[in-house]
Amino acid sequence: MDDRVLQILLDSFMKILMAGLKVTIPLAVLSFFFALLISILVAVIQYADIKGLKQVCRFYIWIIRGTPLLVQLYLVFYGLPSVGVVLPAFPSAVLCFAINEGAYMAESMRAALEAVPKGQLEAGYCVGMSYWQIMRRIILPQAFRTAFPSLSNSFISMIKSTSMASTITVSEMLRQTQIINGRVYQSLALYLEVGFIYLIFCTVLTWIQGYGEKKLNVYGGTK
Amino acid sequence: MIEVRNVNKSFGNFGALRDVSLNVEKGDVVAILGPSGSGKTTLLRCINFLEIADSGTLNFEGEEFDMHSISKKDISRLRRRTAFVFQNYNLFLNKTVLQNVTEGLIIARKMPKEEAERKAVQALEKVGMADRLDSYPIQLSGGQQQRVAIARALATEPEIIYFDEPTSALDPELIGEVLAVMRDLAHEGMTMLVVTHEMNFARNVSNKVVFMENGQVVEAADSESFFAHPKEERTKVFIQTILSGRD
Repeated sequence: MDDRVLQILLDSFMKILMAGLKVTIPLAVLSFFFALLISILVAVIQYADIKGLKQVCRFYIWIIRGTPLLVQLYLVFYGLPSVGVVLPAFPSAVLCFAINEGAYMAESMRAALEAVPKGQLEAGYCVGMSYWQIMRRIILPQAFRTAFPSLSNSFISMIKSTSMASTITVSEMLRQTQIINGRVYQSLALYLEVGFIYLIFCTVLTWIQGYGEKKLNVYGGTK
Repeated sequence: MIEVRNVNKSFGNFGALRDVSLNVEKGDVVAILGPSGSGKTTLLRCINFLEIADSGTLNFEGEEFDMHSISKKDISRLRRRTAFVFQNYNLFLNKTVLQNVTEGLIIARKMPKEEAERKAVQALEKVGMADRLDSYPIQLSGGQQQRVAIARALATEPEIIYFDEPTSALDPELIGEVLAVMRDLAHEGMTMLVVTHEMNFARNVSNKVVFMENGQVVEAADSESFFAHPKEERTKVFIQTILSGRD
């Protein structure tokens, strides 16, 4: 590697990393937070078999899982303005990522809810608790623990998906890299570099996931 | 104190309960016996509305309820006056021993935390589990879990406790500790309705026995005469089979 490339890499590293810390991470965290809310709501509605709303949830999951995320982004950012709905790039991205990942996470949550033994609900009833008290205090916490690894998976996947926001002008890491590359034409080096930064982010998250699983294991571990 | 009349319950074409009636007086310990599939557990679950019967009436301390069309409100009101002990314990897996017992007090009965914990510790002392307050269910043996489940039932000060085969899931060496707790409760005058396979319990602890087969009550009697002078032919065969250990 010649000195010029090395210099470009050094100069760009902080710029890309800062775009990561200032845009990619907040974008992922916000989107994940809303996705989590959506997924719990959608999963609980299905688990509790709330008539009418259950069909709405299935419809939502069907539409979202059956269409590409990129198409959803384009629809919101480039499509909606033609009917008068103009959202800035960053909120558009949060909206799409939350709604998209929420659909997948809802299925993980639903599976986790269904994995909670039926006797937990009956025991709750028999000590006099209501359905929603049991849901909140007994069933959801247990389901959350079961779903934790796949929810972590969704979060890690979301970090990488945020790179698609570059296509709707959000200046996250990939877009920052593209801008730099437009000036210096070092595609191989620069895209390797940004890939490496994504890898660091995801590695840290994997550590956090491992720590979280240990914490959550207090009541589920062996004797 | 409770009187169940003409309960019917079908699962598809299978008649699990056919015109079953049952009477429990205050202070009674009633054992429901019978071969597997005879409807004992279904009866108990219908009485506490974990299954909804197709028809039947329940008289609970003078109040009459239709077991098919009872309202949710009445169900939860009745459940707060009763307790249920399950075959496989069903302790809340994400709660400690102490929390398992206080949950129904604090959340369902809005009891202040300190009072609830005091009551819970008392109940746990009674079943010999007060030294494991911070353990999680998974860290306990089956017998210990069942004793905590009984403490959870006791703490709510129920007027009657329903037991659904409380020792059937236990290893043989752990059955004794659970039966001992139940025997103590019986001696203290707790009203209990117990589905069980434990003949010694039925004979020595319970004062009434109800024998069921094919979804019907074959014979109901006080336990002494049930074992000494069974009236029905089918009961005689059942007792003989059990006592000779061939079942």
